[in-house]
Amino acid sequence: MLKQGIAALSSSLSKGEVSSVEITEAYLAEISRHNTDLNAYVTVTAEQALAQAAAADKARAAGNAGVFTGIPIAHKDIFCTTGVKTSCGSRMLDNFIAPYNATVVEKLLASGAVMLGKTNMDEFAMGSSNETSYYGPVKNPWNRSLVPGGSSGGSAAALAGHLCAAATATDTGGSIRQPASFCGLTGIKPTYGRVSRWGMIAFASSLDQAGTLTHSAEDAAIMLNIMAGFDPKDSTSVDLPVPDYCATLNKPLSGLRIGIPRQHFAEGLNPEVEAQIRAALHEFEKLGATIKEISLDNSHYSVAAYYVIAPAEASANLSRYDGVRFGYRCNKPVDLEDLYKRSRAEGFGAEVKRRIMIGTYALSAGYYDAYYIKAQKVRRLIKNDFERALNEVDVIMGPTSPHTAFPLGAKTKDPVAMYLEDIYTIAVNLAGLPGISIPAGLVNGLPIGLQIVGRDFDEAKLLNIAHMFQQATDWHKQTPGA
Amino acid sequence: MAIELKDVENIAHLARLQLSQAEKQEAQNSINDILHMIDQMQAIDTTGVEPLAHAYESSQRLREDVVTEQDQREVLLAIAPSTERGLFLVPKVLE
Repeated sequence: MLKQGIAALSSSLSKGEVSSVEITEAYLAEISRHNTDLNAYVTVTAEQALAQAAAADKARAAGNAGVFTGIPIAHKDIFCTTGVKTSCGSRMLDNFIAPYNATVVEKLLASGAVMLGKTNMDEFAMGSSNETSYYGPVKNPWNRSLVPGGSSGGSAAALAGHLCAAATATDTGGSIRQPASFCGLTGIKPTYGRVSRWGMIAFASSLDQAGTLTHSAEDAAIMLNIMAGFDPKDSTSVDLPVPDYCATLNKPLSGLRIGIPRQHFAEGLNPEVEAQIRAALHEFEKLGATIKEISLDNSHYSVAAYYVIAPAEASANLSRYDGVRFGYRCNKPVDLEDLYKRSRAEGFGAEVKRRIMIGTYALSAGYYDAYYIKAQKVRRLIKNDFERALNEVDVIMGPTSPHTAFPLGAKTKDPVAMYLEDIYTIAVNLAGLPGISIPAGLVNGLPIGLQIVGRDFDEAKLLNIAHMFQQATDWHKQTPGA
Repeated sequence: MAIELKDVENIAHLARLQLSQAEKQEAQNSINDILHMIDQMQAIDTTGVEPLAHAYESSQRLREDVVTEQDQREVLLAIAPSTERGLFLVPKVLE
């Protein structure tokens, strides 16, 4: 039952085969059995979850149930939750209890979802392995000596380990798609502006976007139907109608034009991963799609441009943590400068400090043009590449990551190697486009992900394509140790 | 471009981060590695290219100038590390 995901649980609930309290109790039992080892949850809200589940069952009995009523989910600990700690994986916010709910949390709450708890993550979402968290690394349920990916590693491990039915996540450079790839899940990063960022702790504001981790594209459609939409509280939220993402899931793919960027099938890609991706592409041909090689000329520079822009924005966003209004404060500051410097030095971990310093440097007098402005120009060229390509094809496909999950500790000493983890995903954030990663095979018993990138606000098409693939294959149904 | 230890000290000061000697050394090494990677982008000719700050270049939305937030003074003060008589407390700034 716990392995089924949203759609199947929702159907069991509506048939009265099971109650939300029963499902919630079962997940909580699994959490108490496995979380000590997986470290997927930072906070488990058992009491609150059971109360929400009881309320959901009551609503159902009264005939007021929707598709999400009583479904137990987990929230990445980057989304503010009233009365429940929101740490963002940092000592800086270890004592932070937000006075309000993020819009995403509020919408899911209103839909009747049950919150099981808050999931571990790289500190302030800065990482690709979930090893920078103040609360320690998360383990990959497929093999506990491997990383789950990051930064949404806790959400991915909680779902892959069947400690929730679905989870919220965020993606600034690949933080939904890469963990989805490493843990055998479906992860969608919607178009920038599609889902409200209000109450979602900021890392790099022009790149951050909330999305979902689920067992299937159908589940993602159900969840995105609730999460997407205009929010006046987020000044970059886009005021466009939200289509019913479930309505077009079964549209045939005949005539679909798929572009494959030659740069994503070049040196650095594990040959076994490539073989699986090519097999998945062949599956799409059988479904009626045509495949054409395309070029994203500047994609090679996306990691470089990103590691100027994201740290620059982070250095500004994280200046709010000053030990005065909320969060960590050092002991016995002698003066204001000491208060700032020691609170930040003790509250932030090494990777966060490193990125704040890179950003500060890139924005400082004398370097602004050479780094920040140059990176923004490269960003324009990268966006132009996508626009050109998406004029010729409907979607772009390729591997989400060059390889399967890597061992814990393998890259923690080498920041540049860690940054290159997001080589295929980062450009998508720079261009603001929607992207999804779906399970597309196993290599040595470990999942790999296929990334599909679409035009602005084409989430419905991405979900349709992913769903049709999942109707024809069963990679998304593979589970750890199954 | 490579940075020296005194550059690290200056950046850390601008970012209001206190670093130990060992942390400064580590920061210098890792930041130089990262800058080396970032410098790859200097190879692209960007003459005449307009910088792109945001994926959607739209102007900031305006709203009516009316109060929309409720008074949350007590709630916000309650999560502060140190307060007194409704104010945030910091070390003395004026002699």
